Amino acid sequence: MSEHANLGKLVFGRLTWDALPLHDPILLATFAAVAIGGMFIVAALTYFRAWGPLWRDWITSIDHKKIGVMYVILGLVMLLRGFSDAVMMRAHQAIAFGDAMGYLPPHHYDQIFTAHGVIMVLFVAMPLVTGLMNFVVPLQIGARDVAFPFLNNFSFWMTACGAGLVMMSLFVGEFARTGWLAYPPLSGIIASPDVGVDYYIWSLQVAGIGTMLSGVNLIATIIKMRAPGMSMMKMPIFTWTALCTNVLIVAAFPVLTAVLALLSLDRYVGTNFFTNDLGGNPMMYVNLIWIWGHPEVYILILPAFGIFSEVVSTFSGKRLFGYTSMVYATVVITILSYLVWLHHFFTMGSGASVNAFFGITTMIISIPTGAKIFNWLFTMYRGRIRFEVPMLWTVSFMVTFVIGGMTGVLLAVPPADFVLHNSLFLVAHFHNVIIGGVLFGLMAGITYWFPKAFGYKLDPFWGKCSFWFWTIGFYFAFMPLYVLGLMGVTRRLSHFDDASLQIWFQIAALGAFLILLGILSFIIQLVVSFRRRASLTDTTGDPWNGRTLEWSTSSPPPVYNFAFTPIVHDTDAWYDMKQRGHIRPVAGFVPIHVPKNTGAGFVLAVLSTICAFGLIWHMWPVAAAGFVTLIVATIIHTFNYDREFYISSEAVVRTEDARTQLLASHG
Amino acid sequence: MANAAATVALGAAGGAQALRFYDSGGHHPENATLLGFWLYLMGDCLVFACLFAAYGVLGRNYAGGPSGADLFQLPLVAVNTSLLLLSSITYGFVVIEMQRKRQGATLAWLALTGLLGAGFVGIELHEFANLIHEGNGPQRSAFLSSFFTLVGTHGLHVTFGIVWLLTLMAQVARHGLIAANRRRLMCLSMFWHFLDVIWIGVFTFVYLVGALQ
Repeated sequence: MSEHANLGKLVFGRLTWDALPLHDPILLATFAAVAIGGMFIVAALTYFRAWGPLWRDWITSIDHKKIGVMYVILGLVMLLRGFSDAVMMRAHQAIAFGDAMGYLPPHHYDQIFTAHGVIMVLFVAMPLVTGLMNFVVPLQIGARDVAFPFLNNFSFWMTACGAGLVMMSLFVGEFARTGWLAYPPLSGIIASPDVGVDYYIWSLQVAGIGTMLSGVNLIATIIKMRAPGMSMMKMPIFTWTALCTNVLIVAAFPVLTAVLALLSLDRYVGTNFFTNDLGGNPMMYVNLIWIWGHPEVYILILPAFGIFSEVVSTFSGKRLFGYTSMVYATVVITILSYLVWLHHFFTMGSGASVNAFFGITTMIISIPTGAKIFNWLFTMYRGRIRFEVPMLWTVSFMVTFVIGGMTGVLLAVPPADFVLHNSLFLVAHFHNVIIGGVLFGLMAGITYWFPKAFGYKLDPFWGKCSFWFWTIGFYFAFMPLYVLGLMGVTRRLSHFDDASLQIWFQIAALGAFLILLGILSFIIQLVVSFRRRASLTDTTGDPWNGRTLEWSTSSPPPVYNFAFTPIVHDTDAWYDMKQRGHIRPVAGFVPIHVPKNTGAGFVLAVLSTICAFGLIWHMWPVAAAGFVTLIVATIIHTFNYDREFYISSEAVVRTEDARTQLLASHG
Repeated sequence: MANAAATVALGAAGGAQALRFYDSGGHHPENATLLGFWLYLMGDCLVFACLFAAYGVLGRNYAGGPSGADLFQLPLVAVNTSLLLLSSITYGFVVIEMQRKRQGATLAWLALTGLLGAGFVGIELHEFANLIHEGNGPQRSAFLSSFFTLVGTHGLHVTFGIVWLLTLMAQVARHGLIAANRRRLMCLSMFWHFLDVIWIGVFTFVYLVGALQ
């Protein structure tokens, strides 16, 4: 009998039936909804016989465009999860006053704010940013794919599997209760002995490897695969910001990998890196994680700046004002983002000189950022501005982001920070820049490039609804938090005594509700646009009168992107081609060399997930088997030398002729 | 033939403008593998930078336990360092023979490199086993935690390098010194020399400085 129990413990580790949330009605209902939804999707895929195409055309695809689309879908799905967490917190804080304890027990509430932060930064913003870069950058530089197409597929699946692990923690076990950066000693084994922090560690490790590799991939792509004639200073500005972002990724994510590895050694092996005794130093964790964490927020915002630059230029019908200064501003921000990490914990007490240094470097960042704002304004000045939906997001960004930037400079002053540290003022500030900057940028980018990806525009009416609900909702949700923060309310509280504060939380909850309407409008927009795709269709490939090379090919682009590689003569290459009366070649096509699809990336990522799951639950045989299989599968994959094939010139002719006819039929 | 037709079709319009806007098929992007691998190595270098930083912060936190001067056996470390440095030299010969297209010699030098690497890992494991056996494992103090992690991560890298090396030997034996295999050998070369450079840092800052204290 006891041998039986030992065997069970060996195989299943800490995993028991208690890990399922059978006692929690909220989680149980969520689980039921997810299970029913999942079964519905499985049934639909089976009914429409879509499993084969799903595997052949998407899961194993190494086409950068499809991988980009999958990243964006992942980001949007995770946005729904992260936003549900937000709504739950807002609703809870609006009612948890005095005798009312709210509807979430603290144990659950702490998991929610942790999951919200982790998901929104790493599994919403990151996939959306990476997805847009993946889709757009090769098209903008006139390339046929990224430098390492297989690696790209693998990176995506690692990111998706990391997200999968976070989702799993909702129903099997629990997530960390530590806040999104999991500071020790709270995240150490003594204060957090259960699986929550382990889920956190391994989901970030798995996804982090994917992010790191996609960073390497995109840098190599931008350096090596630009079309002839496209010197660095002729690159589109989005490609520039993508380059800087990926440099940041390669220079920052290894630090995350290392610091989480040290934390897991503390938890699994019993080392003393961040413990309170035997010489450990918890503040070293805080330093290291912010050496990753601060560049991380610039990883998110730089591509958003790139999107705004493309949008402003296109919809003002003008060349971007101050292209060179824009490039230098981006590079300066890239460098400075490494010199400010300590401003996240001025209260550590490093002394006046250290705090002054990091306070000043932080304030200096506002100079290149301000230069960018003026560049966008001067681009609009005397332009023929078209207020299409992407442009609306951009204008709203310019106003909102400046407010967030100013509160940021306020927080950069160490004495002020001592008062505002860990208050709701800080929460309001970073939501101000992440929503008003990153999210508005991503919405602008998705609306802007959607016709390129799918061949039809998004419906503008519902786009405008989404825009207005998001913008107004944002102000209602976060301006009260500035007020509360100035009154001294700290973050992450699940209950309040002072009834006079309640009205502000209720206003914030109203704001969250408005944002919910914004998200619903966006979903309706997707559905409506799909149904009306015939009237929204883009036959030209250039629906916005664009300026960069992605608009020179068809919408959606063929597998090989460009039948002939474009030759670049000017910064806005496609605008230049249109001005000088280029003629689209209709003959002389040659076979095109492209890589073959492969399931290896998906398989390797799933094996990594199995290994991670085993480690989380202390299922050592499972973890070991997962690891060994992972290594063997990797080695087997390297024995496959037959990875490319030619698209015949006849196939290219067929595709290009179809486009020729389409263009002719629409004059 | 097809190219000639293309050139005609690709001629630019616009009268005086004689610019060409499309390449007729002659443009092939450069292979990016070596650059990509170099970028990966720089990322890996940052992992080691963090571990060095952790050792820098915690390396004197003995928590009442032994210090480096008590524990390190410099003669053993000297042998170990020699093995790793020699393996870098033998990998140099791998590349020379590869460029001469001599498959047998390439494989022989690879095998020797692998043996030297295995010797290095073996001695390191022996050192670790001794320390743990005497009660000076990574749990003993923050100094030993950071020591084991820094040196152990390096050793783990060498171990992966050996697995990679064996895989490549099989692939070279099977397919010969084709372009893909030459590229892979160059990547492993960078990896192997990179580990050597890291070890020089470990040897200097951990062992030599530690033994002096």
